[in-house]
Amino acid sequence: MGQAESLLAGGLAEIREGLDRGDATSSEIVEASLARIEKTAALTVVVSTRAESALAEAESASKRIAAGQALSPLDGIPVLLKDNIVHAGEPATCSSRILENFVSPYDSTVVERLQAAGAILVGRANMDEFAMGSSTENSIHGPSHNPWKLDHACGGSSGGSAGAVAAGLVPIALGSDTGGSIRQPASFCGVVGVKPTYGRVSRWGLVAFASSLDQIGPLGRRVSDCAAALQVIGGHDPRDSTSVPEPLPSLVNALTGNVEGLTIGLPEEYFVEEGVDPAVLARVREAIAELEAAGAKTVPVSLPNSPNTIATYYVIATAEASSNLARFDGVRYGRRADKVKDLEDLYMRSRSEGFGAEVKRRILLGTYVLSAGYYDAYYGQAQRVRTLIRRDFEHAFETCDVIATPTMPETAFALGAKADDPLSMYLSDIYTVSANLAGLPALSMPCGLADGMPVGLQLIGKSLDEATILRVGDALERRTDHHAARPPEIA
Amino acid sequence: MSVLPDRYEMVIGLEVHTHLKTASKLFSPAPVQYGKEPNHSVYPIDLAMPGVLPVLNERVVELSIRLGLAIHATVNPYSVFARKNYFYPDLPKGYQISQFEEPVVSEGWLDIEVEVAENAESGSTGTGKEKKKKKGAAPNFERKRIGITRAHIEEDAGKSIHDVSIAGSEDSCIDLNRAGVPLLEIVSEPDLRSAQEATAYLRALRSILRYLGVSDADMEKGQFRCDANVSLRLRGAPEFGTRTEIKNLNSFTNVEDAIEAEALRQLELIEDGEDVVQATMAYDPERHRTSVMRLKENSDDYRYFPDPDLIPLRIDSAQIEAVREALPELPEEKRNRFEGEYALSAYDAGVLTATRSLADFFEATARDCGAPKVAANWITRDVLRELKERECELEDLSLTPGMLGKLIALVEEGRLTARSASQLFPYLVSDGGDPETLMVERGLEAVSDVGAIDGFVDEVISANADVVEQVRDGDDKPLNFLMGQVMKASQGKAEPGQVRKALADKIRG
Repeated sequence: MGQAESLLAGGLAEIREGLDRGDATSSEIVEASLARIEKTAALTVVVSTRAESALAEAESASKRIAAGQALSPLDGIPVLLKDNIVHAGEPATCSSRILENFVSPYDSTVVERLQAAGAILVGRANMDEFAMGSSTENSIHGPSHNPWKLDHACGGSSGGSAGAVAAGLVPIALGSDTGGSIRQPASFCGVVGVKPTYGRVSRWGLVAFASSLDQIGPLGRRVSDCAAALQVIGGHDPRDSTSVPEPLPSLVNALTGNVEGLTIGLPEEYFVEEGVDPAVLARVREAIAELEAAGAKTVPVSLPNSPNTIATYYVIATAEASSNLARFDGVRYGRRADKVKDLEDLYMRSRSEGFGAEVKRRILLGTYVLSAGYYDAYYGQAQRVRTLIRRDFEHAFETCDVIATPTMPETAFALGAKADDPLSMYLSDIYTVSANLAGLPALSMPCGLADGMPVGLQLIGKSLDEATILRVGDALERRTDHHAARPPEIA
Repeated sequence: MSVLPDRYEMVIGLEVHTHLKTASKLFSPAPVQYGKEPNHSVYPIDLAMPGVLPVLNERVVELSIRLGLAIHATVNPYSVFARKNYFYPDLPKGYQISQFEEPVVSEGWLDIEVEVAENAESGSTGTGKEKKKKKGAAPNFERKRIGITRAHIEEDAGKSIHDVSIAGSEDSCIDLNRAGVPLLEIVSEPDLRSAQEATAYLRALRSILRYLGVSDADMEKGQFRCDANVSLRLRGAPEFGTRTEIKNLNSFTNVEDAIEAEALRQLELIEDGEDVVQATMAYDPERHRTSVMRLKENSDDYRYFPDPDLIPLRIDSAQIEAVREALPELPEEKRNRFEGEYALSAYDAGVLTATRSLADFFEATARDCGAPKVAANWITRDVLRELKERECELEDLSLTPGMLGKLIALVEEGRLTARSASQLFPYLVSDGGDPETLMVERGLEAVSDVGAIDGFVDEVISANADVVEQVRDGDDKPLNFLMGQVMKASQGKAEPGQVRKALADKIRG
């Protein structure tokens, strides 16, 4: 293994050090990344690359770095984008037939910020169609394979992003999280994934699934890697009306390793044996014990509206999705059905042929819950419950600084295992969706293995307080070596 | 005045869509431009590209507040943008961003001048919330208050072009230049009782919008469009009849004609014992008929819900006060001031305040000549006639208030006769110039020299001995004839007062 390859196998911190020391150039790292993407093509975690542009950009980065003028901790670092984050001149299929040949004419804010920081965008990651799914099986590109066990799912919808980081293709990938779509695949693939506070990262250029829940965030090998990436992409953006005005504090400085005196809330509703893999719960408890050993306290907290979160989430998310996806009508861009008879035929066939089954299911659900006569019983009620869920967290955070839960009640499932049972797939989002409904920052980080598969610990923070969950996660990481575990099958 | 038999009355409510006068679109930085090549004023937001987000144009908020204050309405501290979902090719997102349950402006009113028949009994034209006989108005006008339910912000759609000659093929084409242009939808109460009241309301509203700089409200450019809700009932009946909505009326003539046509259609149904069915109607101006576009029961379910891409619109009282302070004088206030300050009739004050530019023109002219009533006469009579004949705007004339003021001043000073002034006026209108210089160049200066006038008078007296005799016998009427003869002899330049005096002196001694 060459110098660049071994650096790439590490994480952001290792590559950064190697670049700054001159052990390898950005060009070599990017080349190694592209080669590894090609070599692992069978994983189907990357759906397109931009080798030529990436290498040209890496050359400039190499010169900057050699001159000691690195733009940021991400300068010269290969980064992957989920296929729903637009990049001018690049495809953005969202894994959908309807956007099969779509090329974006403009850049998302996160792309602008990554490029301004010198990051090298090497390609785009597989996902569930329009981010709807928890397995990255709903994709025109085919299912992504979990590097830990190839016949298992990466999780989703940011499964390609998580799988790519786990397989060592890139140190950082961006995902999007509407109900757990960053954290769940991070958990399944044994990497760190951060869903920032709603409004922390601009949604300009993120193809919308559910606007009031969607949030872009980083996936990486380590908590500190994700902190560095979030530092670059976060912060106010006037092009997103829901972007929060508060400035992003220094996240790297927040990583003190010290959790002394910090209080971790443990929701009693989530620490029940029922419906959870006991091995998963055991790993999560061990991680919490580790934090206690480091000086953190734990308190039980209650989130009484937990039983309602899944229903609330699926009403709100599908309602917004049904409206957000109306623009894919075959008129201005994207797939248009052939030989249409009239306007209705154009809509019907373009959309019937263009959308997959899960997307259609959610559009139907969402259309139903917004329709006259049902609006108040479904959408209106869901908004009221959402307020209660938000209050549950406000109340819980009166007695603690972060909340810890399992990310998922299980480890990665076999590909196809849940394909015919969407409801069971929906229900497994139980721990993740509440952070989206309440708009809170949350991360998932590896906390060991169960039957050889990664388990994720979820940390949920107060609004705008990414710093504290990152600090706790980083402190745990310093005391454990879960993040160093590598998938055996492709090591 | 009504097309209906006396026992019936119309009940009309209007929905006006008016384009707001902004440089850029409601939620996109794309410029608002009229007459631009199709799809050349279009940004990714206007195309609803995947991943784009709307950002509210703050100017729209200011203009909405202006309108709200001008119609004495509540400017709501909290309003919400909602999505109205439906599929149509000229609606790129598949939904229109509008305001539904919580509009920016609610509960205002507007006073209009309603013409009433000479012999009409007070109250016969409607049941407006407040009505009072207006003193000093032309005898057959009265003021009526029309309630305004709400005004809300929304975006316009693009245009679908189905015309082969424009689209260039059998396919329909779409122009998205208009997509996303900011609109205010202004909804009146069903307080209007005739087609004429409807257009009076529209004119008053348009005048306010223009005064405030809220909208150019040019109907030809589609900047001011109207839907009319019409129903009939027996005069004095407490309940409203079933209403229909006539869509997309784009001229005042169409509004009046469509309402009357629809009222007659409904009358026929009622007289035949049939029911009026709730429907959306289209008006065909060629055939002068309304026809059903779609029945309300088949209407779309728009699945309104708050737009999660936008935060609620919050307006604080400081912002409202700032707009209030910068608010220009409105037509109604101006009309009242003109009546008082310049002692104009209510009618003249109304005419002169119809547009801000006309009112400004009048005030500048009055100031320059120091004779407001004369200035009012010149403008309401001569200037407006020129505008009508030339089918143009005040700004298109070469005539300035300075020129007209000076022209009037010359007459007032006796240096120019009214007749000569009328001769000069058309030149000022088309080419402009200094009235005094023109007067001198054209030798139109009034002759007030006693000797010269005496000469003309002597000439006329000797040529009209018999008429002079009648005057001497005490008949005043022929005096005017003699006056005319003297003026003619002097080519209109003799100062009439002196002529009259000289004639009287010479004939009657």
